[in-house]
Amino acid sequence: MKTEATRAAYGRALEALGHSRTDVVVLDADLSGSTKTAAFGKSFPDRFFNMGVAECNMMGFAAGLALSGKTVFASSFAIFAAGKAWEQIRQSICVPNLNVKIVASHAGITVGEDGASHQMLEDIALMRVLPRMKVVVPADSKQTEAAVEAIATTEGPCYMRTSRAATPVMDDAPDFVFGKAVVHRKGSDLALVACGVEVYQCLLAADELSQEGVECTIVDCATVDPLDAETVCEAARTCGRVMTVEEHQIVGGLGEAVAGTLLENGALVPMRRHGMTGQFGQTGPAAALLDHYHLDGPGIAEKARRFLGETR
Amino acid sequence: MTLAAPPQAPAPQDATEMAEIANRIRRDVIRMVHAAGCGHPGGPLGLAEIFATLYFQELRLDPENSEHPLRDRLILSNGHCCAVLYSSLARRGFFPVEKLHTFRKFGSPLQGHPHRGALPGIEMSTGSLGNGVSVAAGMALAAKMDRLDSRIYAITSDGESQEGQPWEMATAAAHYGLGNLTLLLDWNGIQIDGRTEDVMNPGDIGAKYAAFGWHVQEIDGHDFQALSAALAAAKAETERPSLLACRTMIGKGVSYMEDVSDFHGMAPDDEQAILALKELGDPSPDDLDHASPGLWST
Repeated sequence: MKTEATRAAYGRALEALGHSRTDVVVLDADLSGSTKTAAFGKSFPDRFFNMGVAECNMMGFAAGLALSGKTVFASSFAIFAAGKAWEQIRQSICVPNLNVKIVASHAGITVGEDGASHQMLEDIALMRVLPRMKVVVPADSKQTEAAVEAIATTEGPCYMRTSRAATPVMDDAPDFVFGKAVVHRKGSDLALVACGVEVYQCLLAADELSQEGVECTIVDCATVDPLDAETVCEAARTCGRVMTVEEHQIVGGLGEAVAGTLLENGALVPMRRHGMTGQFGQTGPAAALLDHYHLDGPGIAEKARRFLGETR
Repeated sequence: MTLAAPPQAPAPQDATEMAEIANRIRRDVIRMVHAAGCGHPGGPLGLAEIFATLYFQELRLDPENSEHPLRDRLILSNGHCCAVLYSSLARRGFFPVEKLHTFRKFGSPLQGHPHRGALPGIEMSTGSLGNGVSVAAGMALAAKMDRLDSRIYAITSDGESQEGQPWEMATAAAHYGLGNLTLLLDWNGIQIDGRTEDVMNPGDIGAKYAAFGWHVQEIDGHDFQALSAALAAAKAETERPSLLACRTMIGKGVSYMEDVSDFHGMAPDDEQAILALKELGDPSPDDLDHASPGLWST
């Protein structure tokens, strides 16, 4: 299976967007080689500005450019973009509702060897709590390319989370549509609701569980906010059990978005949030970390078995 | 689509007229903050000459077409001083002066800190110190990219200079040669908790900007001639961003507020408001019924 990091797809899609959209301006904070905005910078040096190691100021510049009619993509690592510059994003981008797209790479524990300081596990929470902010977490490079195009044409602030690690490209999956969840497979025993790199791991877990007679529906919430309530609730009603999976703290992340949606739509069923539970990450290869935190296929399957056992 | 004619600066006014405009802004500030019962009177009073100069002499704006792409732009980065901005915008014709008395009241577009979209002429939501200067620099970068003649102005303060973000901005604005950006520093030596040199001494802020590669002029922020000359020199400098390090006095024009930190963030009571209005030559200083439209027409 072909693998590629979502950040690589972002870089490619952004460069492509630059050809058709002369209003697109890109900012980066000294990480353009890693976030992959460098390709845009090479093709469009007049519309690419490296802001140096100064993320808060970068968000302010992004706001000023957007106020002057530009569609701005601002990139850094997720920990710095969503974490360090959160207040600037709130005050200077969300309050005045500006057309700034923050695309942040190196999110989640799959950052790997860089360790706890760089493994952003709170960005979905920090971004989805902001009024007007849309949150997109593509599962693979195919979705990422479509998402770049989609967020460029969606007015207002948007946050998109990309990953460092190369992950499988799910060529057979339905196309990404902003605001819509993607259903990858349908079963009636358990709904696994995931985003980002965890979608493919859920597919692996579903294969394993299927051999044991447990059939899963996989809901890929590539758009975390606004969440596709209809698809998520339908999966909950069909399966009667929901487990969310994310490489993010279970507080404030996709799991809580799903729980709130089920609650408010009268679709509450027994549910588990699986992800990081009140802890920071650690160093090591991405695969070792996914294994350690039960966020790979076998780990998710094990968590699912336990959940099903407790609620049978 | 035909674009409206580029906005123009107001017709030149003599020194007496400018002084009257500044005085009228000060009376507005006193009435607004007294009507609200809370807010920041001191900073706005100290900025009256600067705002009179910018809005009644310098800025190319069109109140009828407040989003004209070729306009100059001003961001009040120390947003708590917004009473002076609201008064200036109203007096320049962006919205009726009768709205000024609703400052900080429920449902009013005149929020306690500027809110973009609430009223024409408010270029940016500000209030969190450090943020507005970066937005202004981003606007300057956009104007430079598009080769527009617009100038971007931002007001900052010595207290705001204790934040880190202005120095990130100062680095980037110099790096990208934003000669179309003029920052005016409200350098009054006072912040909410007291004198800046006691709270957190920002040192020679002008020298710091110069060290960051800016074109710096230190002037008396209450001197119209000095302000005009410095703004002209800032315009003539096309390679570097400019700082007008304006030495100002908080509370200027109201005897008991001058150089006093108490009125950084406290409204005058009735007696104090009447005294202030008398000192500022208000024709009806004893009339504190601020909702009365007649009070704003003079």
